[in-house]
Amino acid sequence: MATVAAVQDPTIIEFDVRTDEMLVNMGPQHPSTHGVLRLVLRTDGEVISEVTPHLGYLHRCAEKIGENVTPIQFIPYTDRMDYLAGMNMNLGYSMAVEKLCGMKIPEKAQVIRVIIAEMNRIASHLVGMGAYGLDLGTFSPFLYAFREREMILDLFEEVCGARLTYSYITIGGVHDDFPDGWVERCKRFLDYLKPRVEEYHTLLTRNHIFVKRTASIGIMSKELALSHGCTGPMLRGSLDQSQGDPVWDLRKIEPYCGYETYDFKAIVPPFPEAPKEAVIGDCWHRFYVRMLELVESIKIAEQGLARYPTAQGSHRTEQPRTLPAGEAYMETECPRGQMGFYVVARPAKDAVPLRVRARSSSFCNLSVTNKICRGCLVADVPAIVGSIDIVMGEIDR
Amino acid sequence: MKPSDIVALLELELPGKIKFKNLDALDPFIVIDADDLLTVCRLLKEDSRLRFEFLNCISGVDYLELDPKKAPKAGFEPHTEVVYHLSSFTHRHRLVVKVILPRWKDNKAGELPEVASVTELWDTADWHEREVYDLSGINFIGHPDLRRILLSEDWEGHPLRKDYEFPLEYHGIRGR
Repeated sequence: MATVAAVQDPTIIEFDVRTDEMLVNMGPQHPSTHGVLRLVLRTDGEVISEVTPHLGYLHRCAEKIGENVTPIQFIPYTDRMDYLAGMNMNLGYSMAVEKLCGMKIPEKAQVIRVIIAEMNRIASHLVGMGAYGLDLGTFSPFLYAFREREMILDLFEEVCGARLTYSYITIGGVHDDFPDGWVERCKRFLDYLKPRVEEYHTLLTRNHIFVKRTASIGIMSKELALSHGCTGPMLRGSLDQSQGDPVWDLRKIEPYCGYETYDFKAIVPPFPEAPKEAVIGDCWHRFYVRMLELVESIKIAEQGLARYPTAQGSHRTEQPRTLPAGEAYMETECPRGQMGFYVVARPAKDAVPLRVRARSSSFCNLSVTNKICRGCLVADVPAIVGSIDIVMGEIDR
Repeated sequence: MKPSDIVALLELELPGKIKFKNLDALDPFIVIDADDLLTVCRLLKEDSRLRFEFLNCISGVDYLELDPKKAPKAGFEPHTEVVYHLSSFTHRHRLVVKVILPRWKDNKAGELPEVASVTELWDTADWHEREVYDLSGINFIGHPDLRRILLSEDWEGHPLRKDYEFPLEYHGIRGR
């Protein structure tokens, strides 16, 4: 009998151990799931064979609320979607309603919007970077990132009085003009931030352990990204400019708010400075795209600040009392990808829309998890989910 | 390609499939029959001149005016729309495809309207269709795993339908 033979030679037992598939529940209260995401992992030993995400723990019926309130009343609810980039959410919804109403936004409001949106992108990517380090077991980058983000939040508090849920960008422009001296303080902050970016690179990007944990992990092909509707750094990390892929950044290809007049680059690999182990589409590339975008955002914000003193017009225009019949779908480039808002107005003129739909970028980005986690180790799951940089508020709405 | 060229190409390749078009809308859209959805979508995705390889969004829109006084002036008959926002990565053009469905299948209250699933063309449709099923109550025929995504599995009703009744109680939690 085989078992008798196995007991006689203990080394055979080791190879004779059958491993059963096991279901491991990760989350919803797991620190590296970035909120309340529940992943059910089907594992064979240490190897993942299937990941099933379960959503909805943070569902707050935003779309249902949207069809019961006027657009201006809905702005505070958009803050709570991607709560790390509230300004960009405000901007997306405001622009959808403005497109529907055919409103023209004055130059000054446009410049303020660009500055604020880019500052929020910096803050959001700082959290993305810090929290990603946290996922991989290094605590200090998180503290440095939050030190800088705190200063951006202070600047935002000056313009709108809130630190997280701003409701600052609103339909027809922005809620208030900048306070006195804000532009100088913002410039001083950007001058302070620029040399710090190099520090982050030494802490994470070129860190040997970090590269080991992220390079060649969670590789996503361009076709997979497109089919799953991935956008933002998630898609750009999988593109290859040398293969002729377009620079897929809405600020470049479908410019809004006058982005076409700003001098900046859309970040698309290949990167000559990438470590040898890294391949296009892996976690390291997604992370590095964010880091470079942060630098581009600093450039855009500086150009905006230089334009602000001479910008013409008011910071806000009147909006019509009722919505015209019709519907509008508007996408903007948010830190996590293309955030779309679809507003359907009632044919009979009314101030309340018939339907508000939010196309969430994190929602589509997360849907690819199962495909890219297959075959990796359990310890790589936080690295992959962290590189997607999800915000559950935006996924569940 | 301009929206008018896209629609002209579609009319040439699939004559009679486009039931209605509006090229002057903010986002130009076409309306097709529910039965033709897969044929039209396959052409939109696979034709080298169109290449709509990106499905941005699927939305369910419920047209119903509950207030009987406002209903005659509402400007629409009760119906449900499924709206597909498509864009092309290669050619950078956009198109909106709409399917108009009755609010209930065969006008029997409680029977969800049906449309074919496009998951075989775009993977992202998987979660989007689950969300539309969950919130707007539309059955996607051929979807591999059609179950609720945002609400819990034992939830009753589809909240984004206009005649949805808010629950008073859920597992002993009082609603109001």
